[in-house]
Amino acid sequence: MPKAKKAKKRKLDEVLKAAREILPPKLYVELVERLNKEKDLTEKEKIAVVEETVREYLARMVQPGEPVGTVAAQSIGEPGTQMTLRTFHYAGLIEFDVTLGLPRLIELVDARRTPSTPMMTIYLDEKYKYDEEKAKEIARRLEYTTIENVLDSINYILGDRELTIILDPDMLEDKGVTVEMVLDALSRLKLGESRVDPQNPYVIKVTLSEKVLPEEYIYDIKTYNNIIEKIKRAYLKGVKNIRRAIIHKDPDTGEYIIYTDGSNLAEVLKMRGVDYRRVRTNNIHEIAEVLGIEAARNAIIEQIMEVLSNSGLDVDIRHVMLVADIMTWTGRVRQVGRLGVVGDKTSVLAKAAYEVTTKHIYQAAASGEVETFKGVIESIIAGLEPPTGTGVILVGVPRSALESGELARRSGEEHESER
Amino acid sequence: MSYTYPGPEYIERYVIDSIRMAVFSPSEIRKISRVTVVVPYLYEADGSPVAGGLRDPNFGAIEPGERCPVCGNTRETCPGHFGKIDLARPVIHPGFGDIINDILQATCRQCGRVKLPQERIDYLLKLLRRLKRRWPILAKQLVKEIKKQAAQVMECPHCGARQFKIRYTRPIYFYEDRPEGEVRLTPVNVRDRLEKVPDDHAELLGLDPKRARPEWMVLTVLPVPPLAVRPSITLETALKAEDDLTHALNEIVRTNNSLREQLASGSPETIIEAAWERLQQLVAAYFDNELPNVAQITYKRKRPLKMLAQRLKGKEGRLRGNLSGKRVNFSARTVISPDPYISVNEVGVPIEIAKILTVPMKVTPENIEEARRYVLNGPYKWPGATHVYKADEDRKIDLRYNRNWKQLAESLKPGDIVERHLINGDIVLFNRQPSLHRMSIMGHIVRVMPGKTFRLNLLVCPPYNADFDGDEMNLHVPRSEDARTEAKELLLVEKHILTPRYGGPIIGGRQDYISGAYLLTIKTTLLTKEEVVRLLAAAGYNGKLPEPAILKPKPLWTGKQVLSLLLPSDFSYVGKAKINSGDLACADVDCLNDSMVVVREGKLLMGVIDKKGIGAEQPENILHMIALEYGHEEARKFLDNAFKMFIRMLEMKGLTMSVDDIEIPPEAREKIKEKVREARRSVEELIRSYERGELKPLPGRTLEESLELKIIDVLNRLRDEAGNIAIENLDTFNDVFVMARTGARGSEVNITQMSALLGQQSVRGQRISRGFRNRTLPHFKHGDRSPEARGFVSHSFVEGLRPTEVFMHAAAGREGLVDTAVKTSQSGYMQRRLINALQDLVVSYDGTVRDSEGNIIQFKYGEDGVDPMLTYHGKPVSLDRIIAKVKKNRGS
Repeated sequence: MPKAKKAKKRKLDEVLKAAREILPPKLYVELVERLNKEKDLTEKEKIAVVEETVREYLARMVQPGEPVGTVAAQSIGEPGTQMTLRTFHYAGLIEFDVTLGLPRLIELVDARRTPSTPMMTIYLDEKYKYDEEKAKEIARRLEYTTIENVLDSINYILGDRELTIILDPDMLEDKGVTVEMVLDALSRLKLGESRVDPQNPYVIKVTLSEKVLPEEYIYDIKTYNNIIEKIKRAYLKGVKNIRRAIIHKDPDTGEYIIYTDGSNLAEVLKMRGVDYRRVRTNNIHEIAEVLGIEAARNAIIEQIMEVLSNSGLDVDIRHVMLVADIMTWTGRVRQVGRLGVVGDKTSVLAKAAYEVTTKHIYQAAASGEVETFKGVIESIIAGLEPPTGTGVILVGVPRSALESGELARRSGEEHESER
Repeated sequence: MSYTYPGPEYIERYVIDSIRMAVFSPSEIRKISRVTVVVPYLYEADGSPVAGGLRDPNFGAIEPGERCPVCGNTRETCPGHFGKIDLARPVIHPGFGDIINDILQATCRQCGRVKLPQERIDYLLKLLRRLKRRWPILAKQLVKEIKKQAAQVMECPHCGARQFKIRYTRPIYFYEDRPEGEVRLTPVNVRDRLEKVPDDHAELLGLDPKRARPEWMVLTVLPVPPLAVRPSITLETALKAEDDLTHALNEIVRTNNSLREQLASGSPETIIEAAWERLQQLVAAYFDNELPNVAQITYKRKRPLKMLAQRLKGKEGRLRGNLSGKRVNFSARTVISPDPYISVNEVGVPIEIAKILTVPMKVTPENIEEARRYVLNGPYKWPGATHVYKADEDRKIDLRYNRNWKQLAESLKPGDIVERHLINGDIVLFNRQPSLHRMSIMGHIVRVMPGKTFRLNLLVCPPYNADFDGDEMNLHVPRSEDARTEAKELLLVEKHILTPRYGGPIIGGRQDYISGAYLLTIKTTLLTKEEVVRLLAAAGYNGKLPEPAILKPKPLWTGKQVLSLLLPSDFSYVGKAKINSGDLACADVDCLNDSMVVVREGKLLMGVIDKKGIGAEQPENILHMIALEYGHEEARKFLDNAFKMFIRMLEMKGLTMSVDDIEIPPEAREKIKEKVREARRSVEELIRSYERGELKPLPGRTLEESLELKIIDVLNRLRDEAGNIAIENLDTFNDVFVMARTGARGSEVNITQMSALLGQQSVRGQRISRGFRNRTLPHFKHGDRSPEARGFVSHSFVEGLRPTEVFMHAAAGREGLVDTAVKTSQSGYMQRRLINALQDLVVSYDGTVRDSEGNIIQFKYGEDGVDPMLTYHGKPVSLDRIIAKVKKNRGS
C-alpha cells in the first residue's frame, strides 16, 4: 500500500515538473500554493487539477497573426473619451494637485521630458520610517530652499552700502533653517561683511563691498536689484527641483512616507535614511537615466495602469505592456508619434501618411529610399493585403496543380488510404 | 470561389513589389517630356488647344474618344505624358531647401567637399555604408552628427579656403555672411556650389548621389504634369474651368517668358532680378502654396490655389483621404432602430436597400434555377437581380434597361454571373462611427424587412455604443467568397461577445433587461403556470416544466426555476450581485439577502440576477463564463433566448416611474432642511474664523485654498447625508430605487438630486466664484462666500430650483459639455497616434511579437502568450473553477 502511494506521489511531482515547463512562473506558483492549501483533494484530484490547468492555459494562447498592436492601441484609445480632463487630488492627499486622466495619459505616451506635475514618493529605511521627527528632518533636507523662501523683505537706501535683510521667523521654523545658515549662505556669496542686528535676531545687516558695488554704481537701482536677486536665489539647503516635501503616515503600516512636489531621483537615492529600493518618481526619463531602460519600461506600465484605474477604466495590462515595449525596445524612451516610434519607421509612405507628408517624401527622394510595402498602412496604400491576421498566411495552391488535376488526384489517394 | 469581373485584356496586372524614390535630373525631365510649354495661352480662338500651351494634346488623351498623338491610346489606357518648361534662370526647389541648407553648411564654399579631414571622411563613409544595411536608424543619426561637425569647421581641411556663416531663411533664401557684409546667394550660386560636391561626400550627407545629385535640387527645367493630373471641367455655359495647377503653371510660363525676353534684350540687372524673383516665388508656391516667405498664388486675389503639396497633405489629402481610406460601393447608411425579436447576429435591412445592394452569384448547375428566379423577378421585385453578366459574350446586362427578363433567365448558363439582391441569410458588415475598436465593425446576418431603418438587437448596442436618438449606421456587402468567409468566421457578432480590452463580455443587457432579470429572479416572484408558459414561450423553450416550487393551493413556480431552464445543464457559477452592498452586503454563500448568486448544475439556487449577472461590460458574470466555457454559440443562444424572457417579464409586471417614486415624506424633508441649516451654520463659522485669521491652513496650501477645501468638505458631507435620508425613505419595491440598485439605470446620486437636493455645483473642480466683480450674480453681496452664493443648490428637482440655483446648475452643465468636446478631439488624436505606432505589430508563428521589419518587440506576447480576450478578466485560468469542477466530478 505505501508503495502505491509513493508511486502516486511521484506522479504528482512529475506532472508538476512538466507543468512548470509550460506555465508562466506566476501561474505556476499560484497553482502550487493553491494545491498546498486545498487539503481535501486527493493526489489523483490534484493531478487532474494540474492537467486541467495546463490544458486550459494552452487553449488560451494568442493565435499567430493576431494584430496585437492594433488591439492594444484600440484598447487604450477607446476608453479615452471616458476619462477625466482635469487635475485631481492625489488619493487622499489634499496637499498636492496631480495631473491624472487624459492629459496625463497623453503626457506619458508623448514621453515628455518632464511631467507637468513631477512627484516622488519616498519611503524611509527601518531606522527612520516609524519616527515622525526623523521623517520630518529628511523632508526638510529634501526641500530646495533659498533665502527667498525664508525672507520677509530686503531694504536698502540708495547710496548706502548697508542692506537690511529681514527674515520671517515662521518660515525659518517651518523650513528648519537657522539664522546661522543664512549667514553662511550670505558669506558664500562674498558680498561683504554681514552680521545679525543686535536689536533683532531675525534681521541681518550686510555691508556691500567695493567689489560688488563699485562707487560709481552706488546710485544705480539696477545694481541693487541684481544683488538682491542674487541674495534671494542663494542656496540654503535641499535637493534641486524638489519644491515641497510633505510627510504622511500610512494608516496600514504606520510608517511615514514622504511625498514631494518635484522630482530628482539621482539625488534622493543617495540620501541617508531613504529606502532606495522603494523610491518612486513619475518622471520616466529620470528613471531611464538613473536605473536603465527596463526600469523605465516598468515605470511606463505602472504609470499608465495607474492613470487608467484612477479613471475607473478596465484595460488589460498586456496592452499597456506592448505600448511600453514599443516605446523602449530600442534602448531609449521614444514618444508614440512623429518624433519617436512613427518617425523611426523605415517606410516612407507610412511616415508620409501620418504627419508632415511632404517633408518625408522629399527626404526619401534625396536619400533614394526604397519603399518595400512591408507594413500595414503601406500595404493598404498600394492595394496589397496587409501582413496581419489572415494576411500572414502564405500557404496557397499553385494554379498549375489545380489546372492539371494533380490536386484532385492526390486528395483522392488520401481518401483511398484512409479506408 | 473568388473571382473578379474580367477586365480589358490589354491592361496587364502586376503586384507592386517596391518603389524607389529619387529626384528628377534635368536630363531625365527632358527625356520624358513630350511638350515644351512656351505659350501662356491655353486655347486658340476657335477653342482648340494651343500647341506648346498647357493644354497641348501631347499631354495625353483625356476626352472620351480622343486618341493620344503620342502613344495612340484612348483615355482609358493612355498613361498621360509629361511636358516641361525650360526655366530662363534656375530656381530653388522649395521642398529641398532644408537639405540644400545642410549641404551648404557642411561643405566647402570653394571646393565643395565635406569640411572634415580626408581620413575621417573615408572612415565615416565606410561606417555609414555598414550601418545603412543593418541599422538604418543609426545611419540617420550618424549623418546628423556628420552634418553638425562639418558645419562648425570654418576653414576647409581640403583646400584651406576660409568659410563664412550661411544664413538660411525658409524655404528658399540663402545668405552668406562675408566680411564685406551679408550677401544673398542666388540660385545660380547655390547650384554652382552643389555641383562641386563629390558623390562620396554627398553620400556622407545622407544623399543617394546616383539618384539625387545635390544640384538637381535647383531646378533648371520644370516638369509639367499630364492633363489627367489637372483635368479641366466644362461648365454648363460651355466655358472651361481649368484646374488650379494649370492656372499656376500658366502664370509660371508667362513670368518665365518675360524673364527670357528681358535677358535677351539686356534689361538692367535690377529688372531682371525682380522678374527672376517673381519666377522663384511662383515655382515655390506651385509646389506648396502654404510656405512661409512665399506669396500665395490666389484665384482672383481671393481663394488660394490648391497646389501639389496641398493635394497630398492632411486628412482630406491624397495619402490619408484617398489611399489609406476610400469611398466604396455596395454600402448603405440609414437610421437605426431597435428590434428585440431578431437575433443578436442579425440586422434588419429595409427592403428598399436590399433591392439596391447586390451580391454576385456565379451560376452553377446546382443554383441555376434559383438564379433564374432572381432574373425573372427583375430589379424592382425582391428577391430579384439587377445585372446579369454573360460569360461567353463578355457582357454585363443591366436588367433595368433590358426588360426581356424571361428570355435572359432562360439563356442563363453555368459560368454566368447574376447580381442578385441582398437576401435573408447573406452576411454583411455593420458599422457605427466612431470606429474606436474592432467591435465597431461586426458581421451580421441579413434579415430583410419592411420599413426604412436598419433594425438591430438591443444587446449589440454596447459594442457599437449606439442608441436610437437618431443614430445612423453603415452597412457593407462583402462580395467575394474570401471576404464573406472572413466575415462569417471572424467578424460575426457572436464571436465578439468577449472583448480583448479587459477579458470579459462587452455584449450584454442594459436598462430594461436588467430590471426584467431582477424582477424575474427576486424571491417574491411566484408565477402561475400560465405566466411560466408565457415567459418560456418568449424564450423559445419547448422542453418540460420542472416540478412547481409551491404545489398548493395552486402550483406556482419561482422565477429562478424558470431561468434555470435556459442555463446549460452542467453550469456552475458563484458571484456577487450588484445589490450586494450596504444593507444587503454578503461576503460568501451564506447569504440571507439573496445578493449572492449561486448556480449549481445549471440551477439558479439563490441570488438575484442584476447588472453584475447579465450586464454588458461586466467581467466574470454569467454571460462571461458561458461564453468562455461553452463557446460563443451557446452564449449567443442564451442572449437570444433568456433575454427575451427578461423583457417579457417586464411587460407582464410593468416598470415605470412617477413623481410619487421620488417624493419623500415631510418629516424626512424637514430633517434634510435641518441638516442644510446646520451645514450653513458651520460654513459661516468657517468663514468667520477665516476672516478673523484664526483658520489653520492645511500644509502646503494657502489660507484661502484651505478655507475652500474645508467648505467643500462640509457641503459634500451634507449632500451625502441628505441623500441617505432620502434613500432610507424609499420603498424597496420603488421602481426608481430598483433601477438604481440593480444598475439598470440611474444611481443614488440621481435619486438624491431628484428627491433631496442637488448639492454643490462646481466649475473647474471649485465652487463657482466668477461672473461679476467679486460675486457670481448681482443677487449676492460683494465677496459673499456663503454656500448659495458660490453654487450650492439646496433644493431638489422635485421641489424646483430657485433662479440663482438654475444659473449655477447650468454653469456646471455647460462645463460638462465643453469638457466632452475637448476630450473627444484629444483622445481621438491620441488613439490615431497609438494606432500608427503599433499597427505593424503581429504575433508570429514562434510566439514573438514583431514589427514589419521583423524586429522582436516582445519575446512572448504579454509575457505569458495569452490572448486577453480569452481570459478570466486578465487571468489565463481560473483555479477556483477548475478545483470546483474536479471536486464536482468526485461524486460521479
